[in-house]
Amino acid sequence: MEIKNMQGISYRRDLCDFCGTCVAVCPHDAIELSENDLQITEKCTQCMNCVYICPVRALGGSDE
Amino acid sequence: MNKKYDIVVVGAGPAGSTAARFAAQSGASVLLLEKDREIGIPVRCAEGVGEKGLETVVKIKPHWIAQEVSGVTLISPSEDRVDVESNEMGYVLNRKIFDYELAQMAATAGADVLTRAYVHGLLFREGKVSGVKLQHLDAELEVEASIVIGADGVESRVGRWAGLKTKTSMKDMETCAQVTASHIDVDERYCQFYFSNEKYPGGYLWIFPKGNGLANVGLGLSGEYSKHKSPLACLQDFLDAKFPHASILTTVAGGVPCSPTLEQIISDGLMLVGDAAHQANPVSGGGITSGMIAAKIAGQVAGAAIADGNVSKKRLTEYVNLWNKAEGNKHKVFYKLKKFVYNLTDEELDNAARILLDMPIEKRTLVNIFKSALIKHPSLIVDIIKAFA
Ligand SMILES: Cc1cc2nc3c(=O)[nH]c(=O)nc-3n(C[C@H](O)[C@H](O)[C@H](O)COP(=O)(O)OP(=O)(O)OC[C@H]3O[C@@H](n4cnc5c(N)ncnc54)[C@H](O)[C@@H]3O)c2cc1C
Ligand code: SF4
Ligand code: SF4
Repeated sequence: MEIKNMQGISYRRDLCDFCGTCVAVCPHDAIELSENDLQITEKCTQCMNCVYICPVRALGGSDE
Repeated sequence: MNKKYDIVVVGAGPAGSTAARFAAQSGASVLLLEKDREIGIPVRCAEGVGEKGLETVVKIKPHWIAQEVSGVTLISPSEDRVDVESNEMGYVLNRKIFDYELAQMAATAGADVLTRAYVHGLLFREGKVSGVKLQHLDAELEVEASIVIGADGVESRVGRWAGLKTKTSMKDMETCAQVTASHIDVDERYCQFYFSNEKYPGGYLWIFPKGNGLANVGLGLSGEYSKHKSPLACLQDFLDAKFPHASILTTVAGGVPCSPTLEQIISDGLMLVGDAAHQANPVSGGGITSGMIAAKIAGQVAGAAIADGNVSKKRLTEYVNLWNKAEGNKHKVFYKLKKFVYNLTDEELDNAARILLDMPIEKRTLVNIFKSALIKHPSLIVDIIKAFA
């Protein structure tokens, strides 16, 4: 299990379904999603929208 | 693929392929770009459609249909089951085949189609959209276009790049998980909907049969509530309780923006269609047909604008007006209805189910359901009647 930490958000590629739901609710356009990877850029303000919306909990706060 | 087209469509879902088909039919040169390796996969959808609306955009082919349904079963929190016959045929599609063939129809109409083409930005000339930047396999490419149509689904960024406000609020995002599973033993003549404000706040759980015990079982929750429990975890609980022997063939996640259409869906040389424009039905989250209805209009207007040599925002307003007339205005009413429906407590939902069960099945039309549910909200009834008049 690989956990990537970006801008204080943890991301688990093994759980991610690349559905794009997080991208749509990010207020700052901070999420870059391709067919098989996700990046959170420095535009992130740790608002947690993406963490709470992810249907499969592939994203988490850094302390979770 | 050329370096220059009249129209570039980003995203080959049902909306993108339909926009590309109608634009190509009008004589414009069209390129349809899809980031995935195969059109139609993955299927983030329960695949349910009504016959009437869809037939206005495409002739339905028998091999697209997994299962015909004649109505819905509404299931209350305490599990009273209310069958409601529909006034039109319903279908659960095989979207893998459906999406694929819609793209093929765009190609037949003359559009160029390219997969594994990830669009990551727009080109601008004098402040106006003039094409797209994309990665195709390992190559960085630029393609010029007079009009870019963003049909890039829920994750849409085409509009944002052009400066439109496209963000979805947490409350309006339905966050969903779904499995396609076998051994789902239900009456396959009906699509089933489970409602409960406690279990599925701001959304519902569905079982859409695909024939021979196969079904799409999924649920959506409003993003306002998904902080506490994920859709996938809720779905898992349901399956464990109801269908412990189900074999799960596919699991997908997804989201549907369930708001009225975005305020801005056009700009100079730019149009948004489908989920990218928030054109799904705000109550049901159904977006296949409505996205395709919008895409047909958008494709035709784009084609005509190219023929006129005028792709200004003003010229493209025709699309917005025709869309509002076709569906957009109704969606505003549905949105009010959604707020009402999803505010009902479990007790109120149970009561509504009992009232419906007392009605003979031939009287249980959707209009009567709304009338009985809305008895204390006459102003909303007036809105609904206006929307359907
Ligand atoms: C779980 C679930 C169940 C649903 N059930 C139903 C249902 O039963 N009935 C119904 O009518 N609707 C349903 N919907 C809604 C329906 O799936 C959508 O409304 C519909 O797919 C929208 O079509 P679209 O063409 O706008 O977008 P999509 O079908 O999402 O297509 C967008 C395409 O754009 C591509 N793309 C995105 N970004 C880029 C990029 N940068 N470059 C290139 N390509 C890109 C994507 O890969 C995708 O293929 C459901 C949705 C979900 C999540
Ligand atoms: S919402 Fe979750 S599953 Fe979907 S793309 Fe974002 S991180 Fe991945
Ligand atoms: S935490 Fe907020 S700002 Fe950061 S990526 Fe997620 S949604 Fe965007």
